[in-house]
Amino acid sequence: MQLTNRSKQVSNKEMTLMERAYLPAIATGMAITLKHFFKKKVTIEYPEVKRYLGPVFRGRHILKRDAEGRERCTACGLCAVACPAEAISMVAAERQKGEESLYREEKYAAVYEVNMLRCIFCGLCEEACPKQAVYLRHDEFIPVFNDRNQVIWGKDLLVEDMNNRYTREAWTKEEAHLLDQKRANGEATNVVPRAIP
Amino acid sequence: MNPTLSFFYFLSFLTVLSALMVIVSKNPIHSVLYLILTFFTLSGHYILLNAQFLAAVNIIVYAGAIMVLFLFVIMFLNIKDNHEEAKTNLTKIAAAIVGGTVFVILFGAYRKTILMPVDPATFDSQVGMIESLGKLLFREYLLPFELASILLLVAMVGAVMIGKREIGERHF
Amino acid sequence: MELTEFVIKTLTILVVFVLTLVIAMYSTWGERKVAGFIQDRMGPNRAGPGGLLQPLADAGKMFFKEDFIPALANKWLFIAGPSLAMLTALLASAVIPFGSTFRYDGVEVVLQGVESNIGILYVFGVVALGVYGIMIGGWASNNKFSLLGAIRAASQNISYEVAMGLSLIAILMMSSSLSLGDIVAQQHGGNWNIFYQPLGFIIFLTCSFAECNRVPFDLPECETELVGGYHTEYGSMKLGFYLFAEYINMFVSSAIISTLYFGGYNYPGMDWVYNQLTASLGTTTGHNIATLIGTGVFFGKALFFIFFYMWVRWTLPRFRYDQLMNLGWKKLIPLAIINIIITGASVLFLKPFITSLLN
Repeated sequence: MQLTNRSKQVSNKEMTLMERAYLPAIATGMAITLKHFFKKKVTIEYPEVKRYLGPVFRGRHILKRDAEGRERCTACGLCAVACPAEAISMVAAERQKGEESLYREEKYAAVYEVNMLRCIFCGLCEEACPKQAVYLRHDEFIPVFNDRNQVIWGKDLLVEDMNNRYTREAWTKEEAHLLDQKRANGEATNVVPRAIP
Repeated sequence: MNPTLSFFYFLSFLTVLSALMVIVSKNPIHSVLYLILTFFTLSGHYILLNAQFLAAVNIIVYAGAIMVLFLFVIMFLNIKDNHEEAKTNLTKIAAAIVGGTVFVILFGAYRKTILMPVDPATFDSQVGMIESLGKLLFREYLLPFELASILLLVAMVGAVMIGKREIGERHF
Repeated sequence: MELTEFVIKTLTILVVFVLTLVIAMYSTWGERKVAGFIQDRMGPNRAGPGGLLQPLADAGKMFFKEDFIPALANKWLFIAGPSLAMLTALLASAVIPFGSTFRYDGVEVVLQGVESNIGILYVFGVVALGVYGIMIGGWASNNKFSLLGAIRAASQNISYEVAMGLSLIAILMMSSSLSLGDIVAQQHGGNWNIFYQPLGFIIFLTCSFAECNRVPFDLPECETELVGGYHTEYGSMKLGFYLFAEYINMFVSSAIISTLYFGGYNYPGMDWVYNQLTASLGTTTGHNIATLIGTGVFFGKALFFIFFYMWVRWTLPRFRYDQLMNLGWKKLIPLAIINIIITGASVLFLKPFITSLLN
């Protein structure tokens, strides 16, 4: 089987004088390295330049709000059950009168905490969620910890900011897969990222 | 005392000290290193005598090549510090006699030597420089010089012959 | 008057010393940068703009690491090894002519540490001593890999010194002087030795790679066979000194190559530039600026050869030990002797013939 068209038959035959002189071969090799010296470098300098990691990359968590800005999470605890690392904990509370614009349903999570040292970013919470409330962002990472206090993220960090909504081209794996296929076939290249699942 | 003279005394002290350390020190590696130091101080003496070529060649040949080979061989020997080879009285006496005789001969030779008086007015300070040395070697002493080179060539051929592998000898 | 001369010489030597150290320091940065570029990477670029502070960071790291001496090592010699390596590496730059002369207040200062009539022999002697640092360090470590590295270094240096000396003799036959200053002065006006001695240059270059223990001849520190070679047991600043000595050697040999074969501070069109400068700026200032340009050209040549060392390092694989010895004794030495014979014949017969044709 031919794996590459650059393969060369190796033989043990007597070398010619030109080959034994060794210097022409060295010159060829040095020409190759010099060519690489002036080539464009492939390095992406990470903190300054960030690479697009795809629509379904699993970065940091976010608790989504719906179109009117109400929290979707009902504190059912399915994400915590699904979590293999037991990183999620929450305290449920009942919605009071006058809080209808804050929470979508009668029950909500008063406390929702993710231990970012335990989390393995598997995305099972995302799959378990019946209300499409918890997602792993594709565009942001957990920043480097400097202190123990930064490890457990509460609702202040997790809940979506309505002024700066989290948008995605595809919200499910199936959707992303379809999009990829379409792009591979050369159709529908312009999909507007949307904020609502 | 002028600086050259004090420098000469310092250098001589260093030479004698390091030469003594060569035979006094227990560890052969230290001996070799002291010997290298001795060669350096000797080169210093050559420079004081304005014989720069001799100084450089002394360092290149003795310190740079021969002593490296000495060190090379001694490093392969596995010498334990506390394993002092038992020396019989006979060897000690024999060594004392041989050493003493050499000392007496050298001392006698030194006593007999008559140093040529140097006239500062006609003394040529450039006599040790490489140009005059080369002219001397290739004009007046051409035959001995060439004979010495043939001797060295013969020695080299002999060394190659001894070191050469016989046909059928094991390669490793 | 003697005091002024003494002060000037001291200053010159100090400048040469500091310059050698700085260039060696930035060679470590350059090496990593060149390696990166050849391998399609960026190289160090975090410490300072373009990673320029990287050598300082490395030196700081080396200084603050634990200075460890193995229990069974010979303590004095263990310390003496890297010190000797540094000493011999730094000694050689004393006789290199960095430029012609500086004029100041009627005093003419030569841009050279020591002008000696045995300059090249001095360099050769110092290079011959360079192996002691490695040998002593390798033996004192009391480690078989270190010892093997030291032994390899010693035999390699001795073998290649012979071919190096023989290739130098051809140059000396042409210049009939051992002084580096004279050799450079004779190459004035595009009369570079490389045009007369291409074979000698290749032999000298190969041998200087071997003498500096650089790839493809870095057998003494061959990590695939000898762990770390002679510096296996070394850490902290002692290891730093060994690595640093290698870069100093590299700079010195680059400077020697450009002095011997590439005309040192001479460059084409030098006389025209000199005349223009002296005509427009006066004899003193013009002369000094012309000297500065020459020194710049010299450093350009030396830096190119440092780059060449790095370029070769990231191109060629390491030799096997028997290949190294075969190349040294069976190829380079006979070639160097042939070169001597050809040069001798040319100097004796060809040169008078051509001069008679021209006149």
